Amino acid sequence: MRYILFFMIMIGAYTAQAQDKLSGKVLDENKQPLPGASVYWLNTTIGASSQTDGTFELPYEPDYKKLVISFIGYTTDTIAVDSPKFITHSLKLSGGDKLDNVVIDKTRRSLKRSNAEAANVVNMGSAELLKAACCNIAESFETNPSIDVNFSDALTGNRQIKMLGLTSPYLLISEENIPSVRGASQAYGLSFIPGTWVESIQITKGAGPVINGYESISGQINYELLKPATDIPFFLNAYGSQGGRFELNTHFNKKVSDRWSTSLFVHGNTRVSKNDMNDDGFLDNPLAKQINVMNRWQYNNPETGWVSFINLRYMRDEKQTGEIDFDPDTDKFTTNHWGSEINTDKLDVSTKLGYVFPDMPYQSIGLQTAFNWHNQDSYFGFNQYDIDQKSFYSNLIFSSIISNTLNKFSTGLNFTYDNYGEFVNTIDYSRIDNSVGAFFEYTYDNTRNFSLVAGGRVDAHNRLGVFLTPRMHLKYNPWEKATVRASFGRGKRAANIFAENQALFGSSRVMSILNSGGKIYGLDPEIAWNYGASFVQGFSLFNRNAEFVLDFYRTDFQNQAVVDLFASPQQVLFYNLDGKSYANSLQVELNYEITRHFNVRTAYKYYDIKTDYLSGTEDKPLQAKHRFFANLAYETHIGEGGKQWKFDFTYNWMGKQRLPYTGSNPAEYQMGDYSPSFSLMNAQVTRTFSSVFEVYVGGENIGNYRQNKAIIGADDPFGQYFDTSIVYAPVFGQMYYAGLRFKIK
Amino acid sequence: MVLLVTFFGMAVQAQDKEVKKSKNATYEVAVNGNCDMCKKRIEKAAFSVKGVKSAEWSADHQDLHLILDENKCSVDDVCKAVAKAGHDTEKVKATEEDYNKLHTCCMYERL
Repeated sequence: MRYILFFMIMIGAYTAQAQDKLSGKVLDENKQPLPGASVYWLNTTIGASSQTDGTFELPYEPDYKKLVISFIGYTTDTIAVDSPKFITHSLKLSGGDKLDNVVIDKTRRSLKRSNAEAANVVNMGSAELLKAACCNIAESFETNPSIDVNFSDALTGNRQIKMLGLTSPYLLISEENIPSVRGASQAYGLSFIPGTWVESIQITKGAGPVINGYESISGQINYELLKPATDIPFFLNAYGSQGGRFELNTHFNKKVSDRWSTSLFVHGNTRVSKNDMNDDGFLDNPLAKQINVMNRWQYNNPETGWVSFINLRYMRDEKQTGEIDFDPDTDKFTTNHWGSEINTDKLDVSTKLGYVFPDMPYQSIGLQTAFNWHNQDSYFGFNQYDIDQKSFYSNLIFSSIISNTLNKFSTGLNFTYDNYGEFVNTIDYSRIDNSVGAFFEYTYDNTRNFSLVAGGRVDAHNRLGVFLTPRMHLKYNPWEKATVRASFGRGKRAANIFAENQALFGSSRVMSILNSGGKIYGLDPEIAWNYGASFVQGFSLFNRNAEFVLDFYRTDFQNQAVVDLFASPQQVLFYNLDGKSYANSLQVELNYEITRHFNVRTAYKYYDIKTDYLSGTEDKPLQAKHRFFANLAYETHIGEGGKQWKFDFTYNWMGKQRLPYTGSNPAEYQMGDYSPSFSLMNAQVTRTFSSVFEVYVGGENIGNYRQNKAIIGADDPFGQYFDTSIVYAPVFGQMYYAGLRFKIK
Repeated sequence: MVLLVTFFGMAVQAQDKEVKKSKNATYEVAVNGNCDMCKKRIEKAAFSVKGVKSAEWSADHQDLHLILDENKCSVDDVCKAVAKAGHDTEKVKATEEDYNKLHTCCMYERL
């Protein structure tokens, strides 16, 4: 036996040596590389496909004489080969008008809507993320029509994101499927994640999956960080903008062994100069400093099926804002000048351990754990707000199949613990929340045109009680290039009313909670149902790809922690919803590839968001009913050595927005019922000199639209009319920036 | 050389498994086809055989990756089902009649 084996090995080795390779390149009529063409030896099963650059390689033997090269829409050619020389071959388009519909040079889009998944998921790849060069992920949604970026207050210039017309607390934001921006970090959390760390972002509209918890109501945003195993050894990004903002990102990566890789990300940003474009005596953007360091480890063992990630991260962020002349050392808690400081420390440790059964690639078990500490010390004039959150999260997931891979399921257990130390002025709102939950999610896919995800979970929470969370997604492809989706789901959450509405501390408003019976600041948990349907149709127009998207979603609140800004301009009231509260959103999108590498995306959005307040039914404040969005992106062909130009332009039009009530103030301290409508334009140009070096310049708000009166009572910040929270447009005008990226591959 | 040894070692192991009737036997079967429509048809045919746990067809490699429970079915059963759908497999060829039922874009070149 041993001899036979030896003999076989010898033969194997011999044939391996004797085998020559034939390589070549497949081109189209315009001499452009043709990827995916099939190349094989006539009358054999030996073949290959051409790569993205059109090249192919396949074994050669003198017995093989004829090579067949074919590609759909092209005439199949058979060529004679008598020696293993490099072959360059151009295919010709085959005749017939049916080929007008065949798109042969489709470039991969940076914003991709999945056709296969049951949920309405849009994936933003790295190319899309680069379209908005700056800086953290809160700012990276500018080119995405599904997410609206709002300006939350005139003090911090913090951007708040909205999906389906609901602000980020109603979205589940997760880092590699571990909930990340929640609780104390709701207000500023997204600005603590540098954009360059992010590999891709997945946006799910409507009810999210049950695996990640019960909190999401209008959708989920998951971001994947760069993976140490596939990252490049060194990356540097430097950015500077008008207004004295500077950012620096450096990434280092090292393969420690075959199985271990590590990355170190270091981010720093600062804003050093004081800007007051509207001459109200207040800074338009805070003076800021941030240092953010992350160390990631990845372990991969394909032989045993074990995978692991370990992340360690520390961040410190300091912001100072308020009146230009405010000096914290002398003016803090005095009436000399109004000012504010927000200092945040954050420490995160998270691990993932996964095991894929070697003989059953569809079966896996995974454990995620995360420990987070978030500490914010801040004051806004005389308002003091401190919050400290220590959280522990763990999720154990087992995935497998029922009889075959058309029927998959995931099930597991999770546990969360949150210890909040929260002080509003001198009132102690500290609390401990914990919950345990079990979930089961079933996925059916008939591989052709229908799939379904049905999930449910049961949780026992010390404040929310014991409750069920059902969620379901359906997908159906009625005909070619068409996808219909429907979803519904329930979400329940404890609203952190102070952390989520921090912007209101920058005002003279008195905060009152009207209820006292509930377990969360006296309020009851928020419960909402979300229903949605979407339709996507791809088609071609003048031989180019086009896509039409229609989405409709409705969120119905059974209970809501209502934030009432209509009672009086000197007050903000929090109370349980009594009556109706809903958010309807309609989005119509038309995307078109004008020419090769030139894409346009347009969207119209309609929001109808109403809540029954004590004073009557009102539209949600600071939310435009009508919005229009357009994005133009053009790239040149990648030239020699990777040389390329990229152009990107985004236009946003926002209709009038309902403003909080200011009618009882003296005339000079009133804002009116509605804001004017306005447009915003952003543009960016990137020049890639080689695959290792590129520079970019861009402008935000090129039309220089500004909300001139952003702060009510700026002349009397300690008076009763002072309010910085009514911001519907940029406070800072035109802003230009430039930066560079350098990579070592 | 080392690679070859391990390769043969694995082949020997796989043979052992066949004797034992593995619940998770892995096979790669050559199956001819062209496009995404073929992929759906081939996989659907494979899944129609009771005992097939996973079936993935690759257009580039012209092969079908199978994981199946040998107590319930065999590779031959799967090959028959796929051939019935009009796709030639390394063991069973499709009949002319079944082949002709394919959509025009799926008419792979028969070797």
